[in-house]
Amino acid sequence: MTEPLIDIRNLTVDFDTGHRVVRALHGIDLAIQSGEAVGLVGESGSGKSVTWLAALGLLGGRARIGGEVRFEGHNLVGAPASELEAVRGARIAMIFQDPSSSLNPVYRIGQQLAEALQLHRGMTSGAALAEAGRLLDRVGIADAMRRLRDYPHELSGGMNQRVMIAMALAGQPQILIADEPTTALDATIQAQILELLQEIRRDSSMALVLISHDLGVVAENTDRVCVMYAGRIVEDAPIATIFEAPAHPYTSGLLAALPELEGPRRPLVAIPGVVPEPWNLPPGCSFAPRCTEFEAACEAAVPPAVELARGHRAACIHARSGVA
Amino acid sequence: MTALLEAEGLARHYQVRKGSRLFSRPATLRAVDGVSFTLQPGRTLGLVGESGCGKTTTAKLVLGLLPLSAGEIRLQGETLPKAGSTRWRELRRTMQMVYQDPLAALDRRIAVGRQVMEPLAIHTIGTPAERRDKALAILESVGLQAHHFARYPHELSGGQRQRIVLARALILSPRLLVCDEPISALDVSIQAQVVNLLLALQAKMGLAYLFISHDLRMVRQVSHEVAVMYLGRIVEQGDPDRLFAAPAHPYTRALVSAIPVATRKGRQRLILKGDPPNPIDVPSGCAFHERCPIAVARCRAETPLLRPMADGRHVACHLAA
Amino acid sequence: MMRYLAGRLLRALLTIFLVVTFAFFVLRLSGDPALLIMSVDAPPESVEAFRISWGLDRPVWVQYLRYIVHALTGDLGNSMRDGRPALQLVLERVPATLAITIPAFLLKIAIGVPAGIYAALHRNSLADRMTMLFSVAGFTMPSFVLALLLVLVFSVQLGWLPSSGSEGMANAILPIVTLGAAGAAILARFTRSAMLEVLGQPYIRAASAKGLTWRRVVTEHALPNAAIPTTTIIGFMVGTLIAGAVVVESVFAWPGIGRLLVISVANRDLAVVQTILLFVAATMVTANIIVDLVYGWIDPRMRTSPR
Repeated sequence: MTEPLIDIRNLTVDFDTGHRVVRALHGIDLAIQSGEAVGLVGESGSGKSVTWLAALGLLGGRARIGGEVRFEGHNLVGAPASELEAVRGARIAMIFQDPSSSLNPVYRIGQQLAEALQLHRGMTSGAALAEAGRLLDRVGIADAMRRLRDYPHELSGGMNQRVMIAMALAGQPQILIADEPTTALDATIQAQILELLQEIRRDSSMALVLISHDLGVVAENTDRVCVMYAGRIVEDAPIATIFEAPAHPYTSGLLAALPELEGPRRPLVAIPGVVPEPWNLPPGCSFAPRCTEFEAACEAAVPPAVELARGHRAACIHARSGVA
Repeated sequence: MTALLEAEGLARHYQVRKGSRLFSRPATLRAVDGVSFTLQPGRTLGLVGESGCGKTTTAKLVLGLLPLSAGEIRLQGETLPKAGSTRWRELRRTMQMVYQDPLAALDRRIAVGRQVMEPLAIHTIGTPAERRDKALAILESVGLQAHHFARYPHELSGGQRQRIVLARALILSPRLLVCDEPISALDVSIQAQVVNLLLALQAKMGLAYLFISHDLRMVRQVSHEVAVMYLGRIVEQGDPDRLFAAPAHPYTRALVSAIPVATRKGRQRLILKGDPPNPIDVPSGCAFHERCPIAVARCRAETPLLRPMADGRHVACHLAA
Repeated sequence: MMRYLAGRLLRALLTIFLVVTFAFFVLRLSGDPALLIMSVDAPPESVEAFRISWGLDRPVWVQYLRYIVHALTGDLGNSMRDGRPALQLVLERVPATLAITIPAFLLKIAIGVPAGIYAALHRNSLADRMTMLFSVAGFTMPSFVLALLLVLVFSVQLGWLPSSGSEGMANAILPIVTLGAAGAAILARFTRSAMLEVLGQPYIRAASAKGLTWRRVVTEHALPNAAIPTTTIIGFMVGTLIAGAVVVESVFAWPGIGRLLVISVANRDLAVVQTILLFVAATMVTANIIVDLVYGWIDPRMRTSPR
């Protein structure tokens, strides 16, 4: 196997709330090859966004980060600010859930794009504006040169997400982290944005990390998916495997809870109970209290990730017998 | 059988100013423009569409939370009188609302049990002890326990809060629940719990639902009939299985094909160009024609009316057959 | 744009008119100037003569109409105490007031804004807590208490500065500090919360994710946005330049408009009080219009509506 582009090893995040220290990530192991498209799926609080914000040092002063993030021979965890700034936007770009509030309301679209271009490609402001226009055109915004003079509030959510994507492309990154890029958008606009991301990936060798709560979005746009629950990756598998032979009961639970659009209607099988609060995790496997296959051993220890097949890992004590 | 709810030609127009703040001229925003539907007792009508299509406004019109610009609402055959009148208040008890954000719908300073009892107190029904018993019974029927009675909203999870909102809506024994995106603020694993609860309550109490959502899969799961809205009008209406399996209106087709599916079967995807137009500047003729992949000259000139198809559904498209 | 400005201006004039009208009637309902200005034991005939000479014997609405008509021609009446035009009396005092309120205004901005920004950037640090402690103390303490404290320390104990009067620059220092401290406290607190609000916005994280240094994120992305609400408060402070020093001028016997107001109210010197209130209303309203215009200039969302 080739050296991964980015290799996250035993990444932990603790938040100091002032009253107590809460662990949000419990040792994430995740390697991404260059050009690969990986989906991160999980519910709110599962740690899917925190993983990447921590990797890029974007969590602020209240987060304590442990473990390693190996990228181009450096460990990003604990790296000096200047090193992280050189990676952000240039090598690893990130786009966010709410495009309209991710753009600064007081600057024109063109200024914000030019800022990124001047920063990462050392362009003069004139050249940067011209290139900004080209980028806007690239992400499918009609009449790009005129749009450069618009403010974010003058554009729709879908257009603003295109602008964010253009800004991410400004640094010609190796990885694009798309954190719920379409959650705030309408269905037909979501389809446009996902199509655009696919198109960009076909044209470049950029790797894509797609963070989403929607298994469908991830299935259509990535090769491999990591399912996260309560700050851990519970299953990591190729897309087809996840849908055909899920090994972790949480994954199968999520699939059973989703209705279909076609075919006969079947009753939904809900996962009972609620996601545990990060400061109040049950002993052993965090999913144990909600699990249909619960047994006493589940509470004894946190189950380690087991390799079930090449590229398929699951953190469940039943996983080996269940699939092999 | 008399229909529980009949909506006929509902419209809600706003006078707005268009253009920049300093140079504006008056214009009419047609948030809802001629929406009609019928809802039988114990049935569910799903309303789908993208933001700004008028589905929430339709719900508010039905409940009398907004005055009608035109049209009529009949409840069990009786025309709904002016909002605020005594008779309206009586009729209104049979319709309740469930909102998207349960935390915003609850008062965070009051224990949830008291909030569930509150509608009884407002309508001066029963003694305090009876109200409490009734509230406890309702809590149980939405899957909560007696010890939840004294809790405060912030002590409950999102799913539990939505159950409280449901309990409060159910305590007056309504016939109709208007659910506006009742599950979209909830986590995936919790959504199924709430949807299953809604279905169980319907089976037990014979409730009718006006179920508003942008999630077509969930809408299909719960609905007996579904109406697709675009820019204030219904563009397609009919049986959910047939409608989603073979959409007749090109907009419905685009909506359905926009849903990411878990299993890739090489489906043809129809991607629309651009954003929905500003509801102040609705294009002439068919409001969808500018984004429609199959529009012809007639679509620009003539507004298509909702007309019945051979299979019983209704479609507002010149080209649908 | 012109229509907007014209409407704004019209509303401003209406506000001033209402303030003047209100002041006119309240002053006439709350005591008889003739009895106050003439001594209590003055013979009734001379009190009556005084009333007639100032028109106080006529019905109130006649007095009011006369006042408005004269005001429109620029005549705001004469002082009942020395007979000089009220406008002239008030204008004479303006420089003295501005001599302390303008430096105090600059002091507020120079201390309040940087302190607020620093506190927000170092949230929950010792510096933040100290800043907020001073801030709370600064705006909960009534200005006369602060004034007296300063006098106790710097005039009585240390003897460095005069406690009252207006002979020279040294006399202005304590009034300026008193005024400035309270304003700086309010401004620091406000700037801090505006800054914290902005720092929590998604575009700040997005700007960091873009690869900008933290310094550039703060100066180029956070500050311009935090300036929007802070400008409002600063704008309102401009409105208090004329009349914000009533208490402080009284405590330090500073011969400004505030002190004139106190004296004139005590004496029921109607024309002078009304003129001062007219001035106050005019500055407040002008400050408001300026805030509105500046708002439109720094916040593009106010200029154009979404498509």
